[in-house]
Amino acid sequence: MSELSPATGSQTSDFSNVGRTRWWRRGFFASQTAYVAAALIAIMIVMSFLSSAFLSSGNLANVAKNFSFVGIVTLGVTLVIVTGGIDLSVGSTMALSAITCAIVMQTVSGTAFDSVPIAGMLVSLGAGLGVALLVGLANGLLIARIGLSPFVTTLGMLSIVRGLAYAVTEGRGQAPTGPDVDLFYGITDGDIAGVPVAIIYLLILAIIIGIALHHTAFGRHVFALGGNEKAAALTGVAIERVKIAVYVLSALFAGFAGILMLGWLGSAPANLATGYELTIIAAAVIGGANLNGGIGGPAGAVIGALLIEVIRNGLVLAGINAYWQIVLVGAIIILAVLVDRLRTLRMAS
Amino acid sequence: MSLLVLQDVGKEFGAIRALSHVNLTIKPGEVVGLMGDNGAGKSTLVKIIAGNFPPSHGRILFENQEVHFTKPIDARSIGIEVVYQDLALADNLTAAANVFLGRELKRRVGPFSFLDHAAMNQRTADLFRELKSETRPDDVVRAMSGGQRQAVAIARTRLAKAKLILMDEPTAAISVRQVAEVLDLIRRLRDAGIAVILISHRMPDVFSVCERVIVMRRGTKVADKPIGQSSPEEITALITGAKEAA
Repeated sequence: MSELSPATGSQTSDFSNVGRTRWWRRGFFASQTAYVAAALIAIMIVMSFLSSAFLSSGNLANVAKNFSFVGIVTLGVTLVIVTGGIDLSVGSTMALSAITCAIVMQTVSGTAFDSVPIAGMLVSLGAGLGVALLVGLANGLLIARIGLSPFVTTLGMLSIVRGLAYAVTEGRGQAPTGPDVDLFYGITDGDIAGVPVAIIYLLILAIIIGIALHHTAFGRHVFALGGNEKAAALTGVAIERVKIAVYVLSALFAGFAGILMLGWLGSAPANLATGYELTIIAAAVIGGANLNGGIGGPAGAVIGALLIEVIRNGLVLAGINAYWQIVLVGAIIILAVLVDRLRTLRMAS
Repeated sequence: MSLLVLQDVGKEFGAIRALSHVNLTIKPGEVVGLMGDNGAGKSTLVKIIAGNFPPSHGRILFENQEVHFTKPIDARSIGIEVVYQDLALADNLTAAANVFLGRELKRRVGPFSFLDHAAMNQRTADLFRELKSETRPDDVVRAMSGGQRQAVAIARTRLAKAKLILMDEPTAAISVRQVAEVLDLIRRLRDAGIAVILISHRMPDVFSVCERVIVMRRGTKVADKPIGQSSPEEITALITGAKEAA
């Protein structure tokens, strides 16, 4: 048998033996999020030259609002995607939360709740978010406890929740009413120093998610689950709890965004946010979340949602038929994933 | 004193007898090779020691106390760790994150607790230095060599203050240079007083690091002898059944 050389006596702290990837090839600079951000900036510069209306404050506020709703939900869905799951039920949840919030507000107005300031509104908001929480809990329990596939479970939930939205409203749009309605519009559709509140909510939530993902044990476990679920289980990570939590958060974020849309539109139709789940998942993927799990973050969610909205807005300003927008969003998704694929192939070789 | 003692351990799965009448003793700081063909009962034995399932018969003593494991965490809590063949690492996390996975160091700030990155990196760097492995705590596992991955998996068991480490085919599917690295890691564990059971198909590895070799065939122990009193030829004969027992 061969005699093995004894352990090398050299200092092992200088790592002379191990190459280190150059800084621009690792971390944020090498991520899909970074080059999508670069693409976003380039597109915005080009558009500001092509259309004088693009940088007008009215248009910017419009873009900001539109992308905030999608962006908030994308934050939650990104968490789910990082664990290696998917949530298709978010569009329906947005609608059901908005409808529940409006109906409860209508129901409690004119009752004893009116005598206590803002009580009626708080109950309505609680009901809207409560419904979302139940949807998320149902998703989470079915997926984590029973082990159903996330795709099928949330696809079923998409249909169930949308059906409920039509059933409870019988197809009629529901508008918020009551003594607190102005306050409700203020906190959902108002401005702070000219900035729409929706984008402020988005940025605050993005920062919270960023801190949670990178600086708490929960976030670490979310990544571990997406990287190697078996390893996470073997090391004693409470994988069921983490999974349930991400589906609940995803649904809550969807419910919150739905309620913001209710304030923006002044009424919640049963078909509110129909098809949004695809735009939201597209935003997450464009922003760098990997559908295989383990990669993604709030910066990507925000940038992905903004990129889609800026391009959509650009097409509107350019007077291009709205139907082409749908085609283009699909093309961008494939392009973003394709560029990432080419880049990883090049780095591997 | 012996660390682990198995007395007359057997295991049946329905009508199939996977393991019968196995007696063995592991002393602290001992490196023992466990060899045998596929289906010889090696993995059943390892899974019983690791707490994946209880034996059908027999007793297990750890540090002279009888123990009953029903799940891996039972075994882990008293100092038995397993380094799995696929290493069970999350590729997308750093070495330090993997070492501390499931037992992160935290700092409390008001009602919240945040990860203590600096402390975890520092502790992980210390563990790698102890193992003399050139691995950086903040490098992502995806970019690591097979030897470095082994170091991460072993560092994790060191963190848990394991007394007995079961290593399942640690040298399968890695390069020659990395095999030497892994064998050095095993020697360092031995020097630190940790017992290692090395499950391997590779005769040269077993003969270079193990003091003793146990051979399994068809669910029974057919040999258990000091490595110096055996030879690769004899072990091969025992594994294949050309030689009945030694």
